[in-house]
Amino acid sequence: MIGCSAGGFSLLHNLILQLSKNYPLAVIVVIHRSRKYESRLEKDLTDKGEIPVEKAGDKQLMERGKVYFAPADYHLLLEPDGCFTLDFSEPVHFCRPSIDVTFQSVSDVLGSKVIGVLLSGANEDGAIGIKYIGDNGGLTVVQDPEDAEVDTMPLSAIKLTKVDLILKNEELFNLFDEIYRIKVTAANFNHL
Amino acid sequence: MTTSAEFISFEELEDVIHLVNKVHGYDFNEYSRASLKRRVSRVMGLRKLSLFELNNRLVNDNDFFEYFLKEITVNVTEMFRDPDFFNILREKVLPYLSSYQQINIWTAGCSTGEELYSLAILLQEQGLLGRSLLYGTDVNSDVIDHAKKGIYDLKNMKLYSENYRESGTRHSLSEYYTAMYDAAVINQNLRDKTSFSIHNLVSDGVFNQFQLISCRNVLIYFTVSLQEKVIQLLYDSLQPLGFLCLGSKESLRNEAIARCFKLIDKKSNIYQKID
Repeated sequence: MIGCSAGGFSLLHNLILQLSKNYPLAVIVVIHRSRKYESRLEKDLTDKGEIPVEKAGDKQLMERGKVYFAPADYHLLLEPDGCFTLDFSEPVHFCRPSIDVTFQSVSDVLGSKVIGVLLSGANEDGAIGIKYIGDNGGLTVVQDPEDAEVDTMPLSAIKLTKVDLILKNEELFNLFDEIYRIKVTAANFNHL
Repeated sequence: MTTSAEFISFEELEDVIHLVNKVHGYDFNEYSRASLKRRVSRVMGLRKLSLFELNNRLVNDNDFFEYFLKEITVNVTEMFRDPDFFNILREKVLPYLSSYQQINIWTAGCSTGEELYSLAILLQEQGLLGRSLLYGTDVNSDVIDHAKKGIYDLKNMKLYSENYRESGTRHSLSEYYTAMYDAAVINQNLRDKTSFSIHNLVSDGVFNQFQLISCRNVLIYFTVSLQEKVIQLLYDSLQPLGFLCLGSKESLRNEAIARCFKLIDKKSNIYQKID
């Protein structure tokens, strides 16, 4: 799961474009965006990249090898049965979708199988979410505040909890690659 | 501000659902678990209750249960929220409605009434209020009482006025309410055309036939099977050629039902019953 706000969009864009068609995980992305800017972001990324990118739909089943964006003006939750649920309750940290809300919801269902990544942003949304992921045994990754265009979001996470990995931009790309290789290797071992 | 997803587990939530059904007869079994968990956790956080205390109060305290019911349902609403929606209604739906002698409108899940009063205003704009009756229903009595009064915080009117302006009107929202101290009171002539009552989409049935039904951002809190049942109920409550308005990310789910509707506007998610 990737949470991202002001200053992180071009990094996010490039991270997604790097993902291969049969990426072994489902990728959930929460960016702060308001209703007024219903964009063609998902379609643009699908066209330019290899991996399908779409807006998460209500009660849609989450699948590996796809990137799901939280739609503007809804919180994105995950059900125990693996389907997404949209939610229109109060904004959190003035944000809807809120990164905290999605991080916590997915962590509740998937526990240690979660990797949470927090990028550049101007408010504290995501700090509690990252802590929650870590407390539930997931892997927590924060963009190095020095690399982040706006360091408020990464910094508040680091201040709140012990983050597993604090990575520079290049290292973030390597991480996604590494995950792919590890998963593929593991799958190969299972065939032996 | 702490988000409170963590005060209750999924297993504990099942127990609460069972308890509420047994003691109060409210069946939350087909509510989406992820959103319900957040809402229950939120109540626990607001009142600083442990799970034991929550269960205890739910069994023994009827006032608390009313509060619980109000707080776990999502009541976030604004007047003319989604200005585009009202614009499309004005352009594509109201002209149809003007051919009827009597116009019945229902907002299912009306919360504190802002959307219903917005619809009333739209009708008055177009000279249709006189032959209209607007019904607003919701599952808890607190919000219904609030809606009946038609009194809102004057502070919110600025936002609502902007929404109204963005919906493409040539009028001003202030024509439709009176300011009194720090409150805005919806005009009597609008209130006279509205009727608010309690209705549970899970357990209650069809109570009238309507030319327009709005049920927006209610279905998302239900499981798919409950969504299908509710859509059937809404379909059964619609006059032929009546209009159904759903939340922007909601859908008709069932193919068989979907075939009975024609899509009027994709972005605003408005359908017309054609079969």
